[in-house]
Amino acid sequence: MDPAKLEFLRGTLDVLILKSLVWGPLHGYAITNFIRRQSDDAFLVEEGTLYPALWRLESKRLLSSDWGLSENNRKAKFYRLTSEGRRRLRQEVKIWEAYAVAVAKVLATTRLPEPEEA
Amino acid sequence: MTDTPFWRRYARFFGPDPAADVKDELGFHLEAKTEDLIRQGLTPEAARKEAERQFGDLHAVQRIGQRIGQNRERRKRLSDYTQDLLHDARYTFRTLGRDPGFAAVSLLILALAIGANVAVFSVVNTILLRPLPFPHANELVWIAPPPSECGWSCATYSADAYEEFRTMSRAYQDVTGYEAFTTPENFRLTGHGEPVPATGMEVIGNFFQVLGVQPAMGRLFTAEEARGPVVPNSTGTPVVLLANAYWRRQFHSDPAIVGKPIELNGAPVTVVGVLPESFDYGAVFAPGARADLFVPLSLDTERMWGNIVTLIGRLKPGVSVAQALDDANRVTPDMYFNVKYPQSKGRYKGDLVPVPLKDYVTGKLRRSLIALWLAVGTILLIAGVNLSNLLLARSAARAKEFATRGALGASRGRIIRQLLMESLVLSSAGAVLGLGLAFAVIRWLAHQGSLALPLLNSLRIDGQVVGWTVLVAILTAMIFGLLPGLRMASGNLQELLKDSGAGAGLGRQHERIRAGLVISEIALACVLLVSAGLLLRSFSNVLEVNLGFEPDHASSMNVEYDESAPTDEARVLKRTAIFQDVLARVAAIPGVQAAGISDYLPLGPNRSWDTPIPKGKVFAPGELPEPLVYVVTPGFIRAMGMGLQGRDFTWADGPKSERVIIINASMARRFWPGEDPVNKILMRGDEQDRVVGVVDDVHEESVESTLGAQVYYPCTQQGPSRAQLVVRSSLPPAALGTSVLRALRELNPHQPASEFRPMRTIVDHAVSPRRFFMLLVAAFAGLGLLLATLGIYGVISYSVTRQRPEIGVRMALGATAGRVQRQVLGNTLRLALAGIGLGTLIAFVVARAIASLLFATSPWDFPSYLGMALALLLVAVVSGYIPARRASSINPMEALRNT
Repeated sequence: MDPAKLEFLRGTLDVLILKSLVWGPLHGYAITNFIRRQSDDAFLVEEGTLYPALWRLESKRLLSSDWGLSENNRKAKFYRLTSEGRRRLRQEVKIWEAYAVAVAKVLATTRLPEPEEA
Repeated sequence: MTDTPFWRRYARFFGPDPAADVKDELGFHLEAKTEDLIRQGLTPEAARKEAERQFGDLHAVQRIGQRIGQNRERRKRLSDYTQDLLHDARYTFRTLGRDPGFAAVSLLILALAIGANVAVFSVVNTILLRPLPFPHANELVWIAPPPSECGWSCATYSADAYEEFRTMSRAYQDVTGYEAFTTPENFRLTGHGEPVPATGMEVIGNFFQVLGVQPAMGRLFTAEEARGPVVPNSTGTPVVLLANAYWRRQFHSDPAIVGKPIELNGAPVTVVGVLPESFDYGAVFAPGARADLFVPLSLDTERMWGNIVTLIGRLKPGVSVAQALDDANRVTPDMYFNVKYPQSKGRYKGDLVPVPLKDYVTGKLRRSLIALWLAVGTILLIAGVNLSNLLLARSAARAKEFATRGALGASRGRIIRQLLMESLVLSSAGAVLGLGLAFAVIRWLAHQGSLALPLLNSLRIDGQVVGWTVLVAILTAMIFGLLPGLRMASGNLQELLKDSGAGAGLGRQHERIRAGLVISEIALACVLLVSAGLLLRSFSNVLEVNLGFEPDHASSMNVEYDESAPTDEARVLKRTAIFQDVLARVAAIPGVQAAGISDYLPLGPNRSWDTPIPKGKVFAPGELPEPLVYVVTPGFIRAMGMGLQGRDFTWADGPKSERVIIINASMARRFWPGEDPVNKILMRGDEQDRVVGVVDDVHEESVESTLGAQVYYPCTQQGPSRAQLVVRSSLPPAALGTSVLRALRELNPHQPASEFRPMRTIVDHAVSPRRFFMLLVAAFAGLGLLLATLGIYGVISYSVTRQRPEIGVRMALGATAGRVQRQVLGNTLRLALAGIGLGTLIAFVVARAIASLLFATSPWDFPSYLGMALALLLVAVVSGYIPARRASSINPMEALRNT
């Protein structure tokens, strides 16, 4: 895969993970489900990418983890946002929105603009 | 997420395990996915396969997870550890602050012990371990026969011998030397107001080149100048090199001094250079003396003077001292004393023995320094034992604290770490204080110019010494600090909690350890006290040595005179007249009892001439000793306070009358055993000298040396090399000095303001190394005694506290206060006696080892041992008495109630 594209994807994944934890702690499987469902199956997060991303975020102290019991009473590792993580999420969302608006504006162009006046 | 069930809390009971965590987490993911897939209608097997397929490379992800987990764990541990450490440190400062008495005492003990160790190690390092302050100093050798009775004259060589040895031997890069018979203040710096005395050394021209000394300014002597002061340099005047200290003191560090003419003894000389600060002639070759300036020695003018120069060689690289000795033994049979006299060939056979220059300079001090080193090491041990004792007492008092912390979950390691932190804080603070102390001591010592120890000028604390000593000290402190900690931590928590008051097993166990510590402490102090006692006795024996003269109330001064005259006879007459005049004027000063002049004084430089032979007797060559020679005026013997049998010289013993001589008692016994030597004739070549008197043996070489033969000639018949006036008076030397100088100036306006030295100062200087070592060892013994006292007091005081209820019961049952006191004192004395017994045994061994440092004192010297035992028993009684008083004043009711 193209490395530039991978980098872009990873950045995206981090924001999506942070967002998925806004409403409370989730385990890794629940996070994949959340992202898949919310994106109407557009994003299928690979496990091989998700877990390293989670651990990296934990190492950066954006997430903290704890062992707990899942809905069907199994031992599972739950992640939650730290205050640092919450702050990062707000930042990232702002950047993403600005980015999306800019991209959208460019893509919405219908005709070649007039040359700028000097 | 529901709450963690209780069993989960123990999931990682044996510490975190990142690998298992990753496995569990991914396992859960796979299971959850499989279940979902089953729910969608797949068979369990197919679902499992599908889940695994979707996951991809499970192992790769696991590996990434493990790595990240481990890193996180490591960071966490590190931060936990530093947090704990900071916490421990804070806690330590708090607890120490709560017990300032303990902190102060242990700091003081450590500071003294570490300070003494750093200071002594610096001295040892400077004198023994560091090479001499010359480049490739290990190549330098001192060439001389083993010490003998005839002093410097037998350790020096003639100018011819020097030149022959230099050309014939193959072991050396070069050989040099200096004139060994220089006395202090042999020059006058003139031309600027009053003449100022200066001490100048005559060195062979290549002296500094051989030693590898580079001038700080200007240059060294050139090859032409090296041939002597009579050879003028290009500007036509003799040349001189200034010692750095003299240049700074006398010429105010004049940066333009090189090339300037100055006036010495009224004649102009040119300063060609200034020597570097690092070169201190006195520190290496004449401890406690100083040299102000250096002039090239003229071998030609010295050729007829006999043995005059010392030999110092620089070995070729790779040549050993043993090889150099072989080489010297090859050369000496062919060497002449004087090439003009063929019969003088081979006179130096076996007399040229090279030894490393370092050994010559410091060899005599090796044993003393090692003894000193051991003494100060013993102090460190005692301090460590004492600290251990203090900490043990404290840890006993803190037993409950530790038990509580243990019960609340502090691990054993955590408690040990806490104790370790305490001793570390204590010992580092002690080390800092000790270093400060050592710096002060070293600074003071380095400026003790009058102390006759070599190399003191280069004494300093260098980083290596500090690092090493402080490391050892801190390690010692920590080991001793840990001992109580280990005991504490290995104790049973429950028992501790129960036992915190008094009575039970651990307290008693503690007491046994503490008693053992105190006994070893007393034993060590005992060894120090015995050593100090022996050295003290030696020193007082040295002071009581009959020097052969009376140093008190006598002082000496260098007298300048001009005896230049066309003929020998005229010279003798002129000199006699001058000396007579000088002595008459000095004797006229009120309060002066006697005055006389000699060219050499005891305990300084000396020389000898040929061996005189008793007329009519036959001796094998070398059987008779070469006597040291003094040329003196009438009255000198009385002024020195020497005992005389027969008659003194008179002014009537002139050049025309019969030649006379006075000899010392040893020589009389050796030359005419069992006969009266007075009126016997001594033959020196063709000259006949009649013995007119016999004087007491005078300690010439050193106070402690054995006595050799000495002869005295009248200055009216033989030529003195200089004049040292000796004045006996009960007036204080300072007051007398001025009057004497005034009297001398009236006769000779050129007389410089020479130092008026009390003879006692000369003796003190000669015994100063022994005094130095004795004082240091005595100080260490005192310190050891003090520490032992503290130790005894601590252990007895603690045991009294512990036995309060027991004592209470006994007093309730009718024991009197006196009985209780007696028992406590008895315990104290038992400890002290055990320590003294053990210490005496060790002291026997140590005393044998230091026997060579003693003077006229047996290593089994009873008073030293008795003194030690009495001193220790006394401090034991004193330090046991205070707790004993406390014990006897216990109120039985109160003690019982508080049990």
